This record gives sequence, structure tokens and C-alpha cells, in this order.
Amino acid sequence: MVYDVAIDGKRYRLELERAEAGWRCRLNGRDIQMDAVLARRDVLSVLIGGKAYEIKREHTATDMHLWVGSVRYLAELHDPRSLRGRRGGATDEKGPRKLLAPMPGKVVRVLIGEGQPVEAGQSILVVEAMKMQNEIKSPKKGTVQKIVAAEGANVNAGDVLAIVE
Amino acid sequence: MIRACRELGITSVAVYSDVDRASLHVRKADEAYHIGPAAAAESYLSFGKILDVAKRSGADAIHPGYGFLSENAKFAQACGDAGVKFIGPSPASMEMMGSKTRARQQMEKAGVPFVPGTSRALDSAEEAEHVAAKIGYPVMLKAAAGGGGKGMRLVHTSGELTSALQSAQSEAERAFGDREVYIEKAIVNPRHIEMQILADEHGNTVYLGERECSIQRRHQKVLEESPSPIVDPDMRRRMGEVAVRVAKAAKYTNAGTVEFLVDQGKNFYFLEMNTRLQVEHPVTELITGLDLVHLQIRIAAGEKLPFTQEDFRIRGHAIECRIYAEDPDNNYFPSPGKIALLLSPSGPGIRRDSGMYEGWTVPIDYDPLLAKLIGYGTDRTQAISRLTRALHEYFVGGIKTNISLFRRILIDADFRAGKVDTGYLDRLLKSEPPHIRREDAEVAAIAAGIFAILDPESAVAGNGSLSTTGSTPANGIAASSWKRAARVEGLG
Repeated sequence: MVYDVAIDGKRYRLELERAEAGWRCRLNGRDIQMDAVLARRDVLSVLIGGKAYEIKREHTATDMHLWVGSVRYLAELHDPRSLRGRRGGATDEKGPRKLLAPMPGKVVRVLIGEGQPVEAGQSILVVEAMKMQNEIKSPKKGTVQKIVAAEGANVNAGDVLAIVE
Repeated sequence: MIRACRELGITSVAVYSDVDRASLHVRKADEAYHIGPAAAAESYLSFGKILDVAKRSGADAIHPGYGFLSENAKFAQACGDAGVKFIGPSPASMEMMGSKTRARQQMEKAGVPFVPGTSRALDSAEEAEHVAAKIGYPVMLKAAAGGGGKGMRLVHTSGELTSALQSAQSEAERAFGDREVYIEKAIVNPRHIEMQILADEHGNTVYLGERECSIQRRHQKVLEESPSPIVDPDMRRRMGEVAVRVAKAAKYTNAGTVEFLVDQGKNFYFLEMNTRLQVEHPVTELITGLDLVHLQIRIAAGEKLPFTQEDFRIRGHAIECRIYAEDPDNNYFPSPGKIALLLSPSGPGIRRDSGMYEGWTVPIDYDPLLAKLIGYGTDRTQAISRLTRALHEYFVGGIKTNISLFRRILIDADFRAGKVDTGYLDRLLKSEPPHIRREDAEVAAIAAGIFAILDPESAVAGNGSLSTTGSTPANGIAASSWKRAARVEGLG
């Protein structure tokens, strides 16, 4: 498998293959001796040149984080081959876009009603969690097509709050 | 509490609100009863609902914990009236200590040292001016019914006094329904050191050593330790004796804590008494070898204290970290949510009192305290190194926690030297954070690929992950990942 990986925004080309004893691994064209065991879901034990690392994987509503020891890295992973077929429509700014709740909480205010125009970055709703108010902003310029979560609604992380057309 | 009950062969009964059905205390108790919606006023603060559960379950006693009704004298009275033993002091002691001005008047009679100021409410701005001029600026205005920093104002000059008094009074009115405000000399950068006491119902009162609680943020304790780095045996004895005097003056029974402010000359002044078990009681348990919850229950059952002051010894050093669901990258705002992954520390000298578990959703409705991690060692250095080690083992995924803050405190030179006061944490957070070596990016890159192969299940669909086929969902977040992905490919 070949992956494009970005760690904290820095890109790596990673080639991974299962070998008889462990793995064949090339990072940016360089061979790396390593072994890896999945200890449990989201926890890897990786040995590289005799050094042992415990790596934890964490997903937020928007990102994947990998923790090496106690240090957090922002990780993005793509398979270049599978991307080829998906180019085009999916990447443009047209079409409806959903606003998701980044955390569980309560919708305390809807600032822009259905059918109203909205600018990119303009706040559409306010979600309150543990007494902190978070403004949920529009990802694009357009029109608020639908407010899915009304004022007073309790929402979970990842719930659709509104749709911008 | 539930663990103590089980150890003593007592059946435990939990109560819970709508959002706490899946909480750990409900899972672990022998019996559990629903008492209403998330809003505490309609559940955990409702005398009627709680006493109704006591009646239905046939409970002999109620342990109020350390939040909600634990310092509510009227609730203690209601328990007594309902024939249920309240595990704590009498309503009269609680009421006396509940009003800071009344407590001050009583303690003055008992000869307890105080920060100079008034022990009565201020009647007018003129009176405030007069007292402030006499004791000298800076002064602190405090709500008589106060707590948690509400109704408190630090005043540096007489010009600021009148408006500060008015705003403190109206804030006290809003927060506590009581606009009484008094004045004290402000001690600059004091330490906050408290003394644990225990009193049975037969007139025996002992002190069990101090806790250094100076590391605070927004008037909330963050890290506590015992013994305090600055308290020597003589100071401990003097503080302990004052604490016992305070307790006796209030005819206090059960576990309680006498809080002191300590100035830079190690003079200590009575601040207030907390009429309940404290969150930070484990550090005292570790250095005394006692179980305070067991003792609370035994005292409430009418037993005599099984030891005297002469038996009191401290051994070793203990430090507690309060692990909160807070986001260190966002000014420590609460960060509720579902705990997706939990790796807990253990091993020598580590005690973990935790209310969380993997898969549990931290409710948005209550204080975001998740767990207490306590390190214990033969001395302070060993306690710090064990705690540091355990904090590196601790991993809470899916929500943000303040675990990294403790790693930062524990390596800080001033903390290690024991140089802490109530301004310490704000100063630390304003200082440049220590440089974290980010040398393992390549390891992370390799791990990202390995995860995709060995553990693809929990990859999030919105992350441009491998398994996604067909058209993308109309998802703003996924779409932006897609754009990134396209850019990455375009570059390559």
C-alpha cells in the first residue's frame, strides 16, 4: 500500500507491505526496520530500530490525532490511488453543506433563519456546552436551506445542525 | 462512598438524574433510584425527592458527598426531621460556619487568629472607607454567604472602594440571595493551607495534618498535597490546635476542614471552615493511613474515635491532581463528550479515584471533574516522580482534559522548590510553555498507515478515509478534507 500522510501539515510518502516476519516499510523512499502490533482498538505498539513507542489514535469531529507517548500530532492519511476516481464534484464548493455539532450541547440561539443569505464564516447557530457558548459558522457563502436543530434542542457531537445551500 | 459502604458491609443506595443513568455511581451501587431531570434544582438539590428515596429504600443515613447539598444546613435539618442520620456535622454547626461573618464572630471569641477586618456586614460606603483606612490597602471585599470567588473584590485604593462595594453586594445578592459583604485586609499572594479535623459525638476532636491547596485557578483548587512544603512539625501543631479550637467552638462533629491563609512570614489566619469531606481528602488518607469515609460513617453511627491526637503520625508525601474535562488549548473551558479511549495508570504509589469509563459520555450539566489521580511516595520528590510517570500513562481520548497541565506543573522549578501561592498557576499559565520536542513525526506517519491496515474500523468517514466510495456526503467537514486530499494529490 502507498499512502500520502501529512503529520502536522508535513507530507510523507509511506509504503507499507506485510512481509513474512513483520512489515516492509519505506518512508519518503527510505527503508525502515520496524514492527507493529495492534494492542487494542486505537492503540499501537511500534518498534523502530529497538525503540518502543505506544501510539494512540483519537478522532475529533474534524480531525485525526495520533499521540506518540504524550505528544499529539495532527494526522491526515490518503490513499492516492483511491482518490483518483473521486476527484471532481466532491471537491467543489457547490451543493448543500451540512453544519455539524463539534461537541455535545444545547442549541441556545439560531442567528440566521431558513432562507436567509449567509457569508462564509458567518455564525449561524450558538451551541452551549457546560456554560460555554460556541458559535457555529457557515463553511460557505450561500443560503441557509434548513435549520435542523431548533433553539433549545440538545445535540450530540456530529449531529447535523443546519444545511447551507 | 459506595466503596466504603461495601467494605463496611453496608448496603448503598444511589440517586441519579436523567443524564446520570449511565454514571459509574449508579452502576456500582447496591440500589439506585431516579430523582428527576438534569437540572440540579429539580433532582440533586431537591430535599423532598432525596428524602423520599431514603424512605422508600429504608436508608438509615445519607452521605451528602462533597457537592450539591453537602454544606446545606437546612438539608441536614430535614434529614434529622425525617429520622435519617445526616453523615456530617449538626445543622447548627453548619449554619454557624455557613455565614462567614457569623463564623468570624464566634471564632473571635474563641481566640482564633484572623486577617484584620470586620466580622460584620458593612452598612455603608463610609464605614468601608473607615475600616479600609484603618487596616490599610489593599483590602478584599467578600460576600458573607460566599464561595467560589463570587461577590469578591480586591480593592487597591480608596477611589475604587465605593463602586467595588456596590458590585460585590449586587453580585452576592444574585449568587446567594444575600447582599451582606464584609471587608478584610488583602494578603498579597497568600498560601492556602487547610487542616483536616475529625470529631466524634463524645467530645473528642483531633487534627490530621494540613493540605497545601495554593495551586488554584478561578478560586478552584487544581492540585493539593500533604504535607505542605513549608509547614514544619511545630507549625503543624499550632495550626492543628487552632483548627481543633475552631471545631470545638462550633460544637463540630464528623469530618471537617479548617482553611487558613498563610502569609509570606508563615503567619496563618482563619479563613473559613468547610463542613464536609473535601475533594482532596485522599492525600490526608495516604499520609495518615486512615480511611476518612469509614471514619465518617463510624462517627455517625455513634462510635468513639479509635485513636487520639497522640497517635497521630504522618508518613510520606501525597499529591493529588484533579483531572477535569477541560480544553487546555481553549483557556481550560469545559470539554464534555464521549470518552472514546481510556488508558489508566496504576503501579506503585498511585491511587486513582475516578468516575469515568470508556464509552461514558461526560454530561454537560455538572462540574467536569472526571477523576483524582494521587501520587504517594516516601518523600515529596518520589511522590512527584511517581505522579509524573503515571500522568504519562494516563490517556483519555475523545474529550479534552487538563492532564497536560499537571505535567507542566510537576516539572516547573518553582513547584519543585515548593514555592507556590494562590497566584502561582496564573503566573505559570502566562509564562512561556516548556518546549515539547516533536521529534516523532515520522513515527506518527508510519503509525497512521499501520492503523489504516490493522484497525480500519474506527476510521472516521469524514476524514477522507480509505473505505469511502461513491459520492461524498454533503458534509462541510468531509468536503474540506476532500479538498485537502485533492491538493495533496495535485502537488504530488
